[in-house]
Amino acid sequence: MTTRTIRTPRRHTSATSQVQTRFAWLLLAPAILVVFGVILYPLYRTVLVSLFDVRSALDPSPAFVGLGNYVAMLSSPSVWASLGRTLYFTVVSLIIEVTLGLCLALLLNAPMRFRWLFRTAIVIPWALPTIVNAAMWKGIYNAQYGALNAVLYQLGVIHDYVPWLSEPWRAMNLVILADAWKTTPLVAFFLLAGLTSIPSELYEAAEVDGLGWWKRFRAITLPLLVPAISIVVVLRTVEAFKVFDIIYAMTRGGPANGTAVISYYTYQTAFSDQSFGIGSAMAMLIVLIIAILCMIYLRLIRSSEMSLL
Amino acid sequence: MTRRKRTQLAVEITAAVVGIVYLLPMLWSVIASVTPASALLEQPLRWIPSQLDFGRYIAILTPGGVGETGAGFLEAMGNSLFVAAITVTIALVVSIFGAYAFARLKFAGRRITLALFLSTYMLPQIALLIPLYFILNQLSLLDSRWGLILVDLALVVPFTLWILSNYFLTVPEELEDAARVDGCTRMGALWRVVLPSARPGIVTAIMFAFFLAWDEFLYALIFTSTYASKTLPVAIAEFSGRYTTDFGLVAAGGLVAALPPVLIALAFQRNIVSGMSAGAIKG
Repeated sequence: MTTRTIRTPRRHTSATSQVQTRFAWLLLAPAILVVFGVILYPLYRTVLVSLFDVRSALDPSPAFVGLGNYVAMLSSPSVWASLGRTLYFTVVSLIIEVTLGLCLALLLNAPMRFRWLFRTAIVIPWALPTIVNAAMWKGIYNAQYGALNAVLYQLGVIHDYVPWLSEPWRAMNLVILADAWKTTPLVAFFLLAGLTSIPSELYEAAEVDGLGWWKRFRAITLPLLVPAISIVVVLRTVEAFKVFDIIYAMTRGGPANGTAVISYYTYQTAFSDQSFGIGSAMAMLIVLIIAILCMIYLRLIRSSEMSLL
Repeated sequence: MTRRKRTQLAVEITAAVVGIVYLLPMLWSVIASVTPASALLEQPLRWIPSQLDFGRYIAILTPGGVGETGAGFLEAMGNSLFVAAITVTIALVVSIFGAYAFARLKFAGRRITLALFLSTYMLPQIALLIPLYFILNQLSLLDSRWGLILVDLALVVPFTLWILSNYFLTVPEELEDAARVDGCTRMGALWRVVLPSARPGIVTAIMFAFFLAWDEFLYALIFTSTYASKTLPVAIAEFSGRYTTDFGLVAAGGLVAALPPVLIALAFQRNIVSGMSAGAIKG
């Protein structure tokens, strides 16, 4: 013990580090219990179920089918179609959210009076619960009383009311729009957090050098915002890939499966068709794709300044 | 008028237009919720109703509804409040301890454990839905608010743990060392020094945790079946399927359900931006 006080700081002796380790696990125990109990164990069960032909929640001895469910899944055209729709949803959502989100963030950061009022307006859609947002847009798109029809009709753009959500392709695009309305402010606020961390001296120096607005944006803002943009892109990709709530509340995957993204199709397979085995295989496919996205994300935050990892 | 002033004015006008246009969909919902049902179906639609009808708010806020209309809404609101309040409280306590370990203690497996927690909040709920349904069924926790709290905790804790860890890191270690020299235990220093200094982080964690719990839909949809445990998102989804002829009722329910998170977001705007720089980002 005497050597400790003389030679090494107390954190580095092995006795203290053992005490610290034990103490750390003790502090973490409740979190580990709650999170991994409700996640890792069920995840293991999902893997298990995906290897059996489970047809009911009460089935006592389902037949083992090995990778049969995976083969069935991968040879099903509907699974590939729903993956394609998910990809479309993800890519189009991301393009809209990031482009508009960046514009909104720049505007939120610009010098103006009553900035708090503008920020207040933009915060509201983000705070709206997803299902409330979905129900609202379902009303806006409604064929009989929807505001979209009323506006376009009164402007003379359309002469008959249009059932907006009854055509698959159009329904998908309109659901994306409804989703982007709520999530763009989120992206904007995340990018705003990045913008406010750019030192203002950089802009002042650039202004002294006589750089115009666009040049300053290209030379300072955009490069320094790249880490924030890449994190938000990966996180939003994961969230968009998981999309379920808004689809359920707006279209239930319809019309003609036009908005049946992979999460929704998995839910349908498991809980409507009672094919829990294939449903679990599909769930594992989603996990695999998201795990890949996740690894990209971890690499990104490790290279950014967040020092915990 | 100088050039700078003119630019500022242009920015202000743009911001005003963008802000108003952005909120138009919500404005219409507010109007629709107090427009008589028959007036909503008129064609062409009159945007400003000639008379106001607050009947839907009365219907959803009356126990049992008015003539069955709006029944279940109050129960769902009670369930949402109950589930959110308890989930947030437990998540906060659990993650204050955990975050302290991540931010202050050096131990083997720290990085991998943190990475594991972080990756769980990327995990799709749908991947756990099937076994959780079986498990809750075995535990007789289907259609129970406690069952919902249990599964919601697994969504919320990784998130609050991550936010708080980042905030605890910003509290200077010297402050804590000084308290411990004065005779505080580690837990004493956490309570007296770290927590008060990390107050904005705690407010942020509570806010995001509440949003997550209040917004949660998929688990509530599958694991609840009666108004003994159905939450507001499930009730709103049902409303929007059931009252297809009266959008005003759906709008009224939606606006009441949106009120708590919107008010909280408005009150703690500052914490949103700082929370997002601490890694809090969730749709």
